[in-house]
Amino acid sequence: MAAAGPLRPFLARAVPLLLLGAVAAFPLVFTKPFPRHLMIMIFLYGALATAWNILAGYCGQISLGHAVFFGIGAYTSTLLIREAALSPWLGMLAGAAIAVVGSQLIGYPVFRLRGHYFAIATIAVGEIIQALVINWDWAGGARGLFVPIKRPDSFVNFQFHESKAVYYFIALGLLLLALGVTRWIEGSRRGYFFRAIREDQEAAASLGVHVAREKHWAIAVSAALTALGGTFYAQYVFFIDPESVFPLSLSILICLVAVLGGVGTLWGPLVGAAVLVPLSEGTRVWLGGGGKALDLLIYGALIVLIAVFQPGGLVGLAGRFRRT
Amino acid sequence: MTLLAVAGLTKRFGGIVANRDISFEVRPGELVGVIGPNGAGKSTLFDLITGVTRPDDGRVTLDGRDITALRPDQISRLGVARTFQKLRPFHQMTALENVMIGALQSTADVGAARRAAEEALASVGLAERAHAHARALSTGQRKRLELARALATRPRLLLLDEVTGGVDQGAIPGLIRLVRDLHARGPALVVIEHNMQVIMELAQRIVALQLGEVIADGQPAEILRHPRVIDAYLGESWRPA
Repeated sequence: MAAAGPLRPFLARAVPLLLLGAVAAFPLVFTKPFPRHLMIMIFLYGALATAWNILAGYCGQISLGHAVFFGIGAYTSTLLIREAALSPWLGMLAGAAIAVVGSQLIGYPVFRLRGHYFAIATIAVGEIIQALVINWDWAGGARGLFVPIKRPDSFVNFQFHESKAVYYFIALGLLLLALGVTRWIEGSRRGYFFRAIREDQEAAASLGVHVAREKHWAIAVSAALTALGGTFYAQYVFFIDPESVFPLSLSILICLVAVLGGVGTLWGPLVGAAVLVPLSEGTRVWLGGGGKALDLLIYGALIVLIAVFQPGGLVGLAGRFRRT
Repeated sequence: MTLLAVAGLTKRFGGIVANRDISFEVRPGELVGVIGPNGAGKSTLFDLITGVTRPDDGRVTLDGRDITALRPDQISRLGVARTFQKLRPFHQMTALENVMIGALQSTADVGAARRAAEEALASVGLAERAHAHARALSTGQRKRLELARALATRPRLLLLDEVTGGVDQGAIPGLIRLVRDLHARGPALVVIEHNMQVIMELAQRIVALQLGEVIADGQPAEILRHPRVIDAYLGESWRPA
């Protein structure tokens, strides 16, 4: 290990740069749609799980209703295209703003609850919002909404039919934004307060931490980043309905991705996405429609294994090897 | 001059009266002991002062300002810190990070908070355990950690709930010295303590509780001779011949 001494700081700087270079070069090397689609999904779910992690992993408030914010992002930008012909980029910001307002309204009642009760309440909120949207005819009801196709491709319209490469870099941007925000919070006073609340909120309060305010901050940041992902999804798939952007299964998947990779760590959610997304997309491609249930079976098995043998997630494994 | 004034505090839990009409005062820099048998309402009293629970009746004032209806974090920011009888460290955080939470109350600068936390840890003799996780510390070390954490908020009033409870006999003299050192830094202390030797060594004044009521308030020597305290708490062997 003596040789590793001077090597380590060099590696610590070089490895992320190399990775970033590889990720930037990926769409140039892989020009087929599928590998690009796979990476886009990894970035998107990585970003969603990273956003979830701010509230659940750092601040300890396990939400199982994050699809609400995803759906708000998707519906806001799509409805603004229909009603005001607004660029989805502005719609994206509007969606994030509405998600923040929504998160604050949701926060008032549910933050009074702790642990399992909080998680159950967020499930209930998610189900209620989904039911409301299904019955909201102006917003497309159960039939959903199409994003009107516009040609040729343009950045303002957030539509790129010729190549997935632009989506690739936008999704990468969302992921980097989520990671950057997390990194920034981690090193700030707020990040310390979040973790103290996760550990013991009475003790945190006794040291001067305004528990309710910090929780509201955590859910606001988390909701805004999640809503950005929702708009991206709408502009990528061009069709949204309550079943695709507001389902409980999405909320749970976001949670699973983060838990698998490692909650409360910067890289955990991305690692989880890098493992789960190829599994899910792979079983779907290789096994056809019948694969839909199989990926969930594999998720289930993975989660059981993680919960029993490695509660810190896959990221915790690295620490385990480093110590030995 | 009064720092803390408790006036007519009453707290009921269902049919049980945990605190009944409790009144006493603490002057700046004073070291007051609170004694009483189990269930006398000592910890409830701390919870009422720090806003963890609301009294049914009565008022708590700090420097003449009514703090009865304030939240725990607001009361903490006004300069009242506490430790818990049942220790509540942030288990997954290092000792240093635990103390930084307290230090971050008065600064948003994480680096400055880290330095203040290192100082606070050193002052309780935990400097070399700074990077250990709180869950890896012994009970005695956790007691010191809670003290450092409370101290890092720079309190004017520090409420200590059973500092020597649950630690082995050998560790007690060190903890007593530590409480003295903390007191010498300026804050007023209110100390709940079961160990009579400890309280007699430390306290300038003692408030004795029984079944939620104040039965005596005075100099340690007076309290030792007080017939109701002997009946309720000390036992016959303490009765002067």
